Amino acid sequence: MKKDILKHELVPDHVILSKSDVQKVIKELNIHLEQLPKIKPDDPVVKEIEAKPGDVLKIMRKSPTAGKFVTYRLVLE
Amino acid sequence: MQDTKRIMGVIEKKGVDFPKSLVNEIVDATKRHDLTGKELGKLLDEIKKAYERAKVEDGEAVGTVAAQSVGEPGTQMTMRTFHYAGVAELNVTLGLPRLIEIVDARKKISTPTMAIYFQEDYRTDEEFIRKIANKIGKITMKDILKDFNINYAEMNVVVELDDDKINDKRLEFDDIIKKIEKAFKRVQINKNILSFEPPTPNIRELRLLADKVRDLQISGVKNIGKVVISKEGEEWVIHTEGSNLGAVLKMKGIDRIRTTTNDIYEIERVLGIEAARNAIIKEAQSTMDEQGLTVDVRHIMLVADMMTADGSVKSIGRHGVSGEKASVLARASFEETGKHLLRASIRGEIDHLSGIIENIIIGQPIPLGTGSVGVIMKPRK
Repeated sequence: MKKDILKHELVPDHVILSKSDVQKVIKELNIHLEQLPKIKPDDPVVKEIEAKPGDVLKIMRKSPTAGKFVTYRLVLE
Repeated sequence: MQDTKRIMGVIEKKGVDFPKSLVNEIVDATKRHDLTGKELGKLLDEIKKAYERAKVEDGEAVGTVAAQSVGEPGTQMTMRTFHYAGVAELNVTLGLPRLIEIVDARKKISTPTMAIYFQEDYRTDEEFIRKIANKIGKITMKDILKDFNINYAEMNVVVELDDDKINDKRLEFDDIIKKIEKAFKRVQINKNILSFEPPTPNIRELRLLADKVRDLQISGVKNIGKVVISKEGEEWVIHTEGSNLGAVLKMKGIDRIRTTTNDIYEIERVLGIEAARNAIIKEAQSTMDEQGLTVDVRHIMLVADMMTADGSVKSIGRHGVSGEKASVLARASFEETGKHLLRASIRGEIDHLSGIIENIIIGQPIPLGTGSVGVIMKPRK
């Protein structure tokens, strides 16, 4: 039976950003790409959504302080 | 105004960017007091002012505040562990030792445990739950024997399997025989009576064989020991001693949304780093709550964020976050002073003195708060 980890209550939504969206995010936050939080390429969610090293994931968390919170993670080599 | 869409439209037109939970509160309040558009507008102005004032200022030493906020209740926590009050028979680490386990990012924790929930169709079916519990929980030969004899005269071990116990635990006789044949080379099977022979006929080998027979695992998921079934509200839940999230999530009938473990390293391996971050927050909070201490969640969230920022769960100590600081003086002032200073001098390391601790050591203003800005004089023309 499949594990279906993306549905688990502890796992937030991970979405792969397009190259243009990545540029927009970097410009808006005024940072370098490498200053983003990271995620490992063998992370179970990265494997599940088939993201490649160098991709940036948009993660939409449920936050106990803000309701919803959006953050990003760069997939490492 | 009672229409959520209209209310949210007014909020959007004001151009204020509030977090979702605040927006929800505003919508609820607008409906409760039945505010008009103009009243809502005035309310939003006031809220905007209060929100700006409540926001953390740039340069606030949030790390220090978080450390103190988590550390202070730590001094009030019990250093001894005691039995889990909820489910009897299961011993779970509580209090300060548990908090230390979490913050040290221990890969092997002292009392891993799982809470297994079931899908809607199965969760009130006690029979199904018992079957699963027997499949998951560790069952050894010892649990299904009617008779056990070490025969020193004939140099063998003779056991009799108990059919009642086998049926009680919902096991299949043939599966058991298969496992026994796989594990032992010299075994003779005569219906329920099995006799085992050691490779060499001496007393020591015989005794070892007897232990091996008794402890042979016939059923159960790897790493899981005792299993306890309990009813929580309307549904049946299984609590386990030991944890194997990967294997359990694959089983039929398991609720793949809520089934969880307290082993954070396992959550990182099976569900990913974001899940591990949420698990750190949940575990730390429940540890504090259980001791009767209230720590605002944002401090714990900061610690969890620091531990998981680089893609894997790092401990706070010298093998993790604190050991990875760029400044020599910062690392030396934390732990292993001589080692860091010696190594730095051998390598000719440069300390750029841009962090907090280094500047405190040399007596300069720190790059936080007041020190986060530099003042330059503009020469008069």
